[in-house]
Amino acid sequence: MKVKLAHSAAVKAEAASSARGRRRESGLLRSVLRDKWLYAMLLPGIIYFIVFKYVPMYGILMAFQDYKPHLGIWGSEWVGIKHFDRFFSEPQFLRLFRNTILLAVYNIVFFFPLPIVLALMLNEVRRERFKRFVQTLVYIPHFVSWVVVVGIFYMLLTTENGVLNELIYRMTGNKIAFLLDPDWFRTMIVSQSIWKEVGWGTIIFLAALSGVDMQLYEASRIDGAGRWRQMWHITLPGIRSTIIILLILRLGNFLDSGFEHIFLMLAPTNRDVGDVFDTYVYVKGLTQMQYGYSAAVGLFKSIVGLTLVLGANWLAKRFGQEGVY
Amino acid sequence: MKYDKTWGNRLFDWINYSLLLIIALLCVLPFVYVLAVSFTSPQEVVKGGIILFPKQWSLTAYEYIFSTNTLWRSMLVSIYITVVGTFINLLMTSLMAYPLAKQTLRGRGPILLGVLFTMLFSGGLIPTYFVVKELHLTNTLWSLMIPSAISAFNLIVLKNFFQQIPDGLEDSAKIDGCNDVGVLFRIVLPLSMPAMATFSLFYAVAHWNQFFNAILYINDNTKWPIQVLLREIVILAQSRIGDTSMDDVEIQPLTIRMAVIVFATLPILVVYPFLQKHFAKGVMLGSVKG
Repeated sequence: MKVKLAHSAAVKAEAASSARGRRRESGLLRSVLRDKWLYAMLLPGIIYFIVFKYVPMYGILMAFQDYKPHLGIWGSEWVGIKHFDRFFSEPQFLRLFRNTILLAVYNIVFFFPLPIVLALMLNEVRRERFKRFVQTLVYIPHFVSWVVVVGIFYMLLTTENGVLNELIYRMTGNKIAFLLDPDWFRTMIVSQSIWKEVGWGTIIFLAALSGVDMQLYEASRIDGAGRWRQMWHITLPGIRSTIIILLILRLGNFLDSGFEHIFLMLAPTNRDVGDVFDTYVYVKGLTQMQYGYSAAVGLFKSIVGLTLVLGANWLAKRFGQEGVY
Repeated sequence: MKYDKTWGNRLFDWINYSLLLIIALLCVLPFVYVLAVSFTSPQEVVKGGIILFPKQWSLTAYEYIFSTNTLWRSMLVSIYITVVGTFINLLMTSLMAYPLAKQTLRGRGPILLGVLFTMLFSGGLIPTYFVVKELHLTNTLWSLMIPSAISAFNLIVLKNFFQQIPDGLEDSAKIDGCNDVGVLFRIVLPLSMPAMATFSLFYAVAHWNQFFNAILYINDNTKWPIQVLLREIVILAQSRIGDTSMDDVEIQPLTIRMAVIVFATLPILVVYPFLQKHFAKGVMLGSVKG
């Protein structure tokens, strides 16, 4: 009975809305005319997004083609999933997969906790001026380019006259080829990321920390809790949701291992450990001109990436967060 | 919040302050070192050791790089793409953000969805490269400015910012005969100066720091921005040591490489105080949802 009622209500609503629909048409015209300047302002932006974002998405079709630039998408020969077959059976595939995953895992294990620790340390500082002084200095590396960061690391670590190698040489009598030795590659990538971004990463945690209720600290002090217990039982639980959502977001961008950064650090000696999906696309596509094949690799990466982002967002919502998209 | 002045708390503070000081120094000392070495005479540098203040001042490195026109040219290219590029960014982003901030605009939803989707999925490197090539932008400086004209993220943040501006002001301007374009430029943008300052700084830093697009789209080395030149002089020269197949790269003395790093970093450090004033606000702007 209830179902029937609901059904008839829906029918009525539909009839009413179709009657309104006719009126809405003239309303649409009127509102478009009213907002004509707004639409004119939208136009350049819409053209930008179509040309530079959506046309390339259409261009992905070349992943299924033997793409020749002079023939274009319309003229090139269709080859189905040949490129994907080749990619998955190539021994390179496992190497790229391993390198990408390892860098991502190292970044999460070694990089991710550090901004939290630094934010907690800053939060314990009572002298505002000292706190601001430290903040000012630790944010600086975020703003310089990866070229400068890698360049400075090169200058500090090179085996000819690099300061750190000089120090190591004086202490141990040996020099370490940080920059050429493939064993050091991942350490270098992670430590450069830490140096550049750790300070900047504290901002969001500091904002979360400032939202923790001060009364909780007062109450716990009366109960006799010391600083460590307060940190453990009040501060950390207070920013737990921020930590979780950022971790989830980081997982969503799992495959984005920092292309520009890795690209700069790659040298003929460390390709075995340094090549990731993005650098492979660049080499195959733009230096070896295998356009269709590299577009296919790029598409594979984009789809896995999209799945991860959506999955992470779903997870975030399950944790009671708002989600990002 | 206050703590009792117990020994434990004092020790805690002492260790905490020292560690923070060390971390802060670790973030800036490399810059100081690079600056000091660039001003030191090459003979002293060869002797080795840590230089945080030049013992023998020397301008040799700077005299050398000023005598070649490569550095000047790259600096000019970088300044050009930073100024013009940022202007394009601001114009395009605000022109698109303003209409999207109007909740009554028909078709607003689908357009926003279309913008959001580009943050999740992209055509990727190769198809984008062909679009830029087909438009004959390769080997021009436009290729460093037009393909990145609007950042979807900044667009959404600016749209949210515009939404918070009360409609009353805009309505009264309209009654006075202003159209929407006039309202944006005469009323809304002047009211949004703090936000615009934040965006221009973020866009400008991104332009100054970009190098990969230049490697991708520009073959002509007279059009290289400073970051690409820096990569050539500092990183490529270094990583090719021991690789005998590449003997085309000239390896410059340490002091000269340091001086180029100084040039590629200096503008950032100069605007940093202004940046610092605004970026916290910018980060907070990003957290507004809508």
